[in-house]
Amino acid sequence: MAIELPTSDVPLIGSPYDLRVGLGEKAGTTDIKSAVESGDWGFIHSFQAGSAVDGPGMRLVAWLSGCQFQCLFCHNPDTWKLTNGIPVTLARAIEVVGQYRHDLKVMKGGLTVSGGEPLMQHRFVLRLFEAARQQGVHTALDTNGYLGDRLTDTDLLQIDLVLLGLKAMSPDVHKRLTGKDTVPVHAFARRLAALRRPVRIRFVVVPGFTDDLDEVGRMADFAAELGNVERVDVLPFHQLGRFKWEQLGMDYQLKDATPPTSEVVARVVERFKTAGLDAV
Amino acid sequence: MSVLEVKDAWRGFKPGLWQRDINVRWFLQSNYTPYEGDDAFLAPATDRTKRIWKKLEDLFVEERKKGVLDISQIPSSITAHAPGYIDKDNEVIVGLQTEAPLKRAIMPNGGLRMVLSSFKAYGYEPNPAVVETFTKYRKTHNEGVFDAYTSDIRACRSSHILTGLPDAYGRGRIIGDYRRVALYGINRLVKEKEKEKAALDSAHSTEDVIRDREELSEQIRALNELLAMAKSYGSDISGPAKTAREAVQWLYFAYLAAVKEQNGAAMSLGRVSTFLDIYFERDLKEGTLTESQAQEIIDDFVIKLRIVRFLRTPEYDDLFAGDPTWVTESIGGMGDDGRSLVTKTSFRFLHTLRNLGPAPEPNLTIWYSPRLPDNFRKFASKVAIETSALQFESDNLMRSAWGDDGAIACCVSPMLMGKQMQFFGARANLAKCLLYAINGGRDENSGKQVGPKVEPVKGDYLDFDDLAGKFERMMEWLAGVYVNAMNVIHYMHDKYSYERIEMALHDYAPVRTMAFGIAGLSVVADSLSAVRHAKVKVIRDDTGLIVDYQTEGDFPKFGNNDNRVDQLASAAVSMFMGKLRKHPTYRNALHTQSVLTITSNVVYGKNTGHTPDGRRKGEPFAPGANPMHGRDSHGILASAASVSKIPYRDAQDGISLTTSMVPEGLGRSNSEQVDNLVGVLDSFFGSSGYHMNVNVLNRDMLLDAMEHPEKYPSLTIRVSGYAVNFVRLTRDQQMDVINRTFHGAA
Repeated sequence: MAIELPTSDVPLIGSPYDLRVGLGEKAGTTDIKSAVESGDWGFIHSFQAGSAVDGPGMRLVAWLSGCQFQCLFCHNPDTWKLTNGIPVTLARAIEVVGQYRHDLKVMKGGLTVSGGEPLMQHRFVLRLFEAARQQGVHTALDTNGYLGDRLTDTDLLQIDLVLLGLKAMSPDVHKRLTGKDTVPVHAFARRLAALRRPVRIRFVVVPGFTDDLDEVGRMADFAAELGNVERVDVLPFHQLGRFKWEQLGMDYQLKDATPPTSEVVARVVERFKTAGLDAV
Repeated sequence: MSVLEVKDAWRGFKPGLWQRDINVRWFLQSNYTPYEGDDAFLAPATDRTKRIWKKLEDLFVEERKKGVLDISQIPSSITAHAPGYIDKDNEVIVGLQTEAPLKRAIMPNGGLRMVLSSFKAYGYEPNPAVVETFTKYRKTHNEGVFDAYTSDIRACRSSHILTGLPDAYGRGRIIGDYRRVALYGINRLVKEKEKEKAALDSAHSTEDVIRDREELSEQIRALNELLAMAKSYGSDISGPAKTAREAVQWLYFAYLAAVKEQNGAAMSLGRVSTFLDIYFERDLKEGTLTESQAQEIIDDFVIKLRIVRFLRTPEYDDLFAGDPTWVTESIGGMGDDGRSLVTKTSFRFLHTLRNLGPAPEPNLTIWYSPRLPDNFRKFASKVAIETSALQFESDNLMRSAWGDDGAIACCVSPMLMGKQMQFFGARANLAKCLLYAINGGRDENSGKQVGPKVEPVKGDYLDFDDLAGKFERMMEWLAGVYVNAMNVIHYMHDKYSYERIEMALHDYAPVRTMAFGIAGLSVVADSLSAVRHAKVKVIRDDTGLIVDYQTEGDFPKFGNNDNRVDQLASAAVSMFMGKLRKHPTYRNALHTQSVLTITSNVVYGKNTGHTPDGRRKGEPFAPGANPMHGRDSHGILASAASVSKIPYRDAQDGISLTTSMVPEGLGRSNSEQVDNLVGVLDSFFGSSGYHMNVNVLNRDMLLDAMEHPEKYPSLTIRVSGYAVNFVRLTRDQQMDVINRTFHGAA
């Protein structure tokens, strides 16, 4: 491979809070293609050891770069571009999991791969998960579901938990919010249901888009019908990512939006509960 | 007290060698009842407790306004002050340091200067007779020390490469086994001390033996004074305590005697809760006590511990951020036989934080092991989240090194109850030592030649091998000066301000440790890492002194679980320890070391110039063994893993890690937060983690973090699934987080 890769003792510098730009730009387009196809290496925005809110227990989270959605409320727009991440060999990523595997078990946590959209690099993710499982580490995939077709049924049986980010129910709201349509996302949700795979839904309450109780209601009914949703995490929109939009010189349409009040969030949670779901 | 009365006091206790010898651990192990249940049995504060606490809260307001509420002019001793009360008729446990609550005593034996500057600071006139006595007729510890200091020690003291030396006040960090008074009564303890002294009659009168005889005489005298002091409160403590209330009261009298006589930097309580539980269990079984009464006794005891006060200067309080007394109580832990030492009274102590509200004192410290009962681990985590008032330390490391009846003095210093004491002393500023190595012993701020005159760094760039050699040689010198200083201090403290009552509650010839300390570890590690992995250019002033650095390129930083730098930190700790061990100590004390700064990391930083890691002159160090704030970017596990690598065998006085989080950072629901904190603690203490301060933040703490980011190095806050390192946000962002996080709460 022509790319200059970091040697195995190079730390995966950086935290998820930092703005990260162009760290993988040394990689040429052919290299990116072959890397993504083989899963020999991946582009990682950052690692965080010890997250309590990205799946059950305390977890190791790998944030991958690259996303095909362009969510208006995104707080990490620097993860959209694949080559903003650091090119990391699969072996090096597995090594990091190994460093924490005992602690992750003690803390009833595991490995969460998030992003960006991890399925942009699905081979890398699957191979990393396989290695994690071999070490006895619980695996969770945090995805928007749009590229769910990239995973076979067998692949899905190998993932302990899917954190499915449902952005909106109505196709037009979804389109305005993410730039993409809902069909593949909902199809993926139904497929997971048919396979009886455990799912947690993550839903962001975005003012003016998804804080409408009718919209929430449609999502709650859809989620309840699936039958495999063990919990819904209701996440209020916030402005902590604003500086990234500004520094990247991107047009941030929600720059003046105010986060939803706790009353609104409580009503959303309640609506999910009414549908018979566990929501927090 | 007659044999029959002793028998009555010990009724129901399983007999054993503890009756023949003074051996509280033996008594405890054969009589305590481990508790595996949850917190449902606990009782709320009684109206009486609430009234007493309210009364004190009003006094606290006045005290904060004035700095000190009042000062007694009488030089303190065990019997110097008449009995004092908060509300005489309603107190369950009695006894105050002086004749009124929060009225501070003076203890000039440690040093008159400290007393006089405190008087001045708070607008009081000292009693001329006292001043005359302690200048003309009676020498103090402080004067003794300065009579014997070397010029090297003085120079290091003024340049702040050695700071916080206890040469002007009480050294503290000695814990009497106050339980002995409750279990045996004074008469028996005096008899044993007389035996120990008589045994020395046959020994030839060398200096050591003479000192031991004199100390034993002082100890016996102190025990009799304790008896008299208790009597002034209407209690006869010549024999063992007969009830739980008496056990608490006897024990508290003993502790009170210590804080009446010593203004020690840390005056810790020991490990009393499980011992006391044996008495509570007996009374509950005999039907003479209800749970509410049991809790009331503990609440009242804790109230007393919360109002221990010492007269100190405002500068001293600045250094230690407040007015700390470190009444540390060690709770929990495992026994050598594999049973947990958690009892219902362990719960009752933690419950005082709810009954009386959170408070920093007494410093409740959990001896944590993943093998402690589930219910207790959950309860402790819950209380930690609610109050931020608990600290956790590794039962496994401390028990293997010292035994299962140990207690913490101050923050992290373990010692075996009644069988071990320490000579405490300050910290060496290792970051400054590194700068001395670079400048050939010259101080980077004053330019003065403080260290030995050796060759400074030549050339424009720092070279790792060259610097490592120079650093090691400078450490060699510093360690020598440091041990010298400590020997002088403790010789003089024993001579002029001996802890009579605390040592009376120790075995003869206890294990003595001499606890050295280091500050600036993460600055040293990151600086060495910068030199090794990046390029560090030096900048000289016109006298040739290297005063600043330019770093080209990135380098691994301590706190990210990266061995390339973590091993530099560990090596610095082990290397300095090795150098200290080369120098003989006063009374052949065992050398130990801590990586702990409490809050003085700010002051150490203030006195240290620019460092090669990019830290600017005057910028605070990270506290204790913490990574430098903002540089540990991989999450709490990575940061804790780096600190866990520091070898305990070379830092047996403790390695401190402070973590801060908001409840939301631990999970989305209450029970999730508790489970996750238990998980973090299980993992940290299940490996080689030594100490963890758990700050679960509230709004005030976040506001404080804006003003003092150095105090909250790893403060990660999570809002809606998004993690931010709080101290790295701009001021506006911080305000934004505060306003949003605590929306509707303030």
